[in-house]
Amino acid sequence: MTVLKSFDNLEYSEAFESNKEANEWLEKNNRRFGQLINGQFISNKNSKLIPSFDPSNGELLANIEVANSSQLDLAVNSARKAQTAWEKSGGHKRAKVLYALARLIQKHSRLISVLESLDNGKPIRESRDIDIPLAIRHFYHHAGWAQLQEKEFSGYKAIGVVAQIVPWNFPLLMLSWKIAPALAMGNTIVFKAAEQTPLTAMFFAQLCEEAGLPPGVINMVNGDGVIGAELAAHKGVDKVAFTGSTAVGRSIRESTAGQGKKLTLELGGKSAFIVFEDADLDAAVEGLVDSIWFNQGEVCCAGSRLLVQAEVADELHQKIKQRIKSLRLGSSLDKSTDIGSLVSQTQFNRVSSMVDSGLNHGGVIYQSCDLDPEGNFYPPTLITDVESSHPLVQEEIFGPVLVSMTFRTQSEAVKLANNSRYGLAASVWSENINRAMDVAPKVKAGVIWINCHNQFDASCGFGGVKESGFGREGGKEGLFEYLKPLGLKPASKPQSKPMKAKEVVIDRTLKLYIGGKQVRPDGGHSIETFNSDGSHASYVGSGNRKDIRNAVSAASKALSWGSLSGHGRAQIIYFIAENLSVRESEWTERLTSLCGVTKKQAKAEFDESICRLFSYAAWADKYDGAVHSAPYRGVTMALPEPIGVLAQIAPEDSPLLSTISLIAPAIAMGNRVVLIPSQKYASVALELVQTFETSDVPAGVINIVSGDKQTLSEQLAGHAEVDAIWCWAEHEVLSLIESISANDLKRLWANADGDRDWTDPLQGEGLEFLRNATEVKNIWTPYGD
Amino acid sequence: MNTNKNSSNNKTLEKDKKILNLIPSDDPENTQADVRNPGIDFSLDLISGISVNRSGVERRCNSYGPRRSIKKDKQAAWLLKAITLIDLTTLSGDDTVARVRRLCSKARQPISINLERELGVESLNISVAAVCVYHDMLSAANESLKDTSINLAAVSTGFPAGLSPLSLRLQEIEYSVESGANEIDIVISRRHVLEGNWRALYDEVKMFREKCGDAHMKTILATGELGNLTNIAKASQICMMAGADFIKTSTGKEPVNATLPVSLVMVRMIRDYYNKTGIAVGFKAAGGISDTKTALLYMTMIKEELGRRWLEPDLFRFGASSLLGDIERQLDHYSTGFYSSSYRHPIA
Repeated sequence: MTVLKSFDNLEYSEAFESNKEANEWLEKNNRRFGQLINGQFISNKNSKLIPSFDPSNGELLANIEVANSSQLDLAVNSARKAQTAWEKSGGHKRAKVLYALARLIQKHSRLISVLESLDNGKPIRESRDIDIPLAIRHFYHHAGWAQLQEKEFSGYKAIGVVAQIVPWNFPLLMLSWKIAPALAMGNTIVFKAAEQTPLTAMFFAQLCEEAGLPPGVINMVNGDGVIGAELAAHKGVDKVAFTGSTAVGRSIRESTAGQGKKLTLELGGKSAFIVFEDADLDAAVEGLVDSIWFNQGEVCCAGSRLLVQAEVADELHQKIKQRIKSLRLGSSLDKSTDIGSLVSQTQFNRVSSMVDSGLNHGGVIYQSCDLDPEGNFYPPTLITDVESSHPLVQEEIFGPVLVSMTFRTQSEAVKLANNSRYGLAASVWSENINRAMDVAPKVKAGVIWINCHNQFDASCGFGGVKESGFGREGGKEGLFEYLKPLGLKPASKPQSKPMKAKEVVIDRTLKLYIGGKQVRPDGGHSIETFNSDGSHASYVGSGNRKDIRNAVSAASKALSWGSLSGHGRAQIIYFIAENLSVRESEWTERLTSLCGVTKKQAKAEFDESICRLFSYAAWADKYDGAVHSAPYRGVTMALPEPIGVLAQIAPEDSPLLSTISLIAPAIAMGNRVVLIPSQKYASVALELVQTFETSDVPAGVINIVSGDKQTLSEQLAGHAEVDAIWCWAEHEVLSLIESISANDLKRLWANADGDRDWTDPLQGEGLEFLRNATEVKNIWTPYGD
Repeated sequence: MNTNKNSSNNKTLEKDKKILNLIPSDDPENTQADVRNPGIDFSLDLISGISVNRSGVERRCNSYGPRRSIKKDKQAAWLLKAITLIDLTTLSGDDTVARVRRLCSKARQPISINLERELGVESLNISVAAVCVYHDMLSAANESLKDTSINLAAVSTGFPAGLSPLSLRLQEIEYSVESGANEIDIVISRRHVLEGNWRALYDEVKMFREKCGDAHMKTILATGELGNLTNIAKASQICMMAGADFIKTSTGKEPVNATLPVSLVMVRMIRDYYNKTGIAVGFKAAGGISDTKTALLYMTMIKEELGRRWLEPDLFRFGASSLLGDIERQLDHYSTGFYSSSYRHPIA
């Protein structure tokens, strides 16, 4: 009889993946998990507990114990103790461990998939076909990097102890993105899973010993944001890698300011999904299913902002409405489910109230079915008739809600796409390769997908720009996040006696250099600089916030520098070198009297400066990107792009050479620079202005504002048009910059002044500088006709 | 747990003065499937913007299997439905009257009476949708199929290459209709597509359609010979414009016949044509579909892309010869719990 009935309906089966094994495993652990510290599972009867629920029915899956401060200390200490041996054990040994982890996850992949779907609410199809296979691939891929480490990263070493904190949307996948590269490069780890979804991490914890990980290499602590914050700020941690909300990312930036920690932040997004009139609209609709209706829209890089060319908007909207009718909401373990429940009641309430209050500002909403608060099911939703000022267009919703706007031209599309505080990812839909390849570099985001969305692979870098965070995960570019350069050592101080300065005949007051002009400081104040013997050298302008504003504005306007060819930029840098070289005697004299170095030392610094300019002129058209080998029919290009407006706080030693060492790589890669020169030797940078002026450097590409380092740094750190800061300064200034930059989550390259010998090309020049002058953008381009 | 919440509620709600639109469910009753496609005027505008992204098509095709599960009693029902969608076909140089009779008897009783009883589906009177043969076999088939509702299809117009003189191709349709065929599977001139001569393709198909009269016309695109997916999409649109009742993938004689990606492209064109005109055109996948797993994938695709209404013989067909045998074995497995062997089932 049932066959007969089904013959008419032709419904799909309710095919439930069995949760038997997962439940048995939870039972075996008494549905309670403590901490993994130094290879031991530590449970404490008196711990505060946080329950982990199945969000679709509210059933308790397990309790986790919240780690206390002393457990946290233990975890960090055991990571510290294990680090040296782990790094020393060599790439091959680490490769074997990572390989074993990949195999072990693979071996238990079904159980892990079920556990993930139970804990998070995501459809089993996604955890089984996407999350877990990608996680496995991540461990395999990084086993390979561990094997190749000694050859490929010979000038680098592990950072040390790394704190890693992941969100609840892709629990095990985010774990693999964090743990695999850190382990591969020889770091040890204190890891914290999200308190909503700790279970697969706990399963992973139990695999560590079997995989041959020495005790202490991976430590796992449980708890909510409080323990996360404590971990990030812990003094024993050398680096923090965090994925999660922009708000928490910001607070981590603030709390770690001045601690000298390296940070990777992978934060929120409001990624644009740009559909041109010549796109395959059916493909675009499926792209949206992969994008905003993947993982209930709880994806940081979800294409939540649809930008569609006006002439095809109606047709696309109609197709979207048709398509979302056939998306099935339901139990995460049903194989025919497309959309599961949101991760928690909190999240459900957040999404629905955000949409409800957003609609007060206008907009037309289409939903495929009603909300089901019981199981935290939120239906796929399309909102049209909204403009860029609409709150639902501005804010990240983190649910299956798509907002749609139209555009008229390609340039308007780019403008709208970039009209966001975020810059994580974007997709471009067009069958015209000219258009797609033109738009991709113009959209400010870390990842661009052409005619696809939400494609990931271990071989390709992922990460954002602007308030979507900084740093990359995956690919070779991601490994540098877990490495630091070898062999930095401070220069020995000049031995010679202070030289008596020559009598200055005509008074020299060096102005600021802004927008290609020498300008008087806004405040009308000057600062006196002195020679090494204490005699008067010259006056330099004392800049203030308005000078910074003008300099940044000039730099912003010099946008075309970035699109000049590498060859073109090289020509100008060579020209600077050429024009500088004729001033040799003047400079050696200046350096001897200012810095108190010998003539020979001064000449050496001058010669090295010329040499360094040549190096970066050489690099200008040679710092190529890469084509990553991801498993699909297409190419993923990793393009190093200029960061934009780069503020530089110069160090106090080797003033000529260090100034050149900062400016040259930055402009070679296409950035525009606002330099705060050394305080003691401000005149050095300003004396270079004449050389810049005679070398055809376009207005605004190099700007120099002298003055009080701390005041000016503060202004730069807070200026939203400054895209990154390179800084060599004392602790107070570094800490100030780090804390203020949390505001717009600026990229920082923060270094202690005096950390390196600028005359040594291994320390003062090279790839580290070029990497910091660029941001890698991964462009995915599937092909095939 | 209510797993498909989409069907649960379908009324438009006024919610706090905000405009909330629940998208209406697709209602099979509203589909004007009984209206034959009259065709529309030739228009290059309707195809000039078509450009198909192959990777996108492939990604979608790879999702039907993993995203939709059809098991046990549901699967049995779907497979019985599949039988009713089959154009049971023999198109060989060595076809004889006896061979065609055997095919027809299988068409009438596609699964054994015992199996029907086991499944409790005797009341359905399952038979295939049509028998499809060359013109010369029509009279034998007609004879064997009288007193049944099984349709009789003839391949025509110089099948499979379609390169005989136009007058003969037109005449061939006429002969076949006179000999009792109520469905004509015509082949298009591939050269018109490859030369971008869309007007010529339109005129040709329109002429064929006129010759078919009351007989339904399935238009074989021979997709394996059209170069790329964009050409297939454009040819689909032109054929529907010219009045095709069905668009069909292949003759079964091309090196590559029906594939899921090609079918998806054609099915999307059917959806666009329906959205534009309100006319439902049928789809026939032919060649290379020989097992139940593939058949279920195709049916899933149709249900997902066009909706339940299209899973009826007036709008969807499999052109197949060996598929039926595999379905029978699968149904036998469902009924007994053990896998059967092909020799236990009467061959077609």
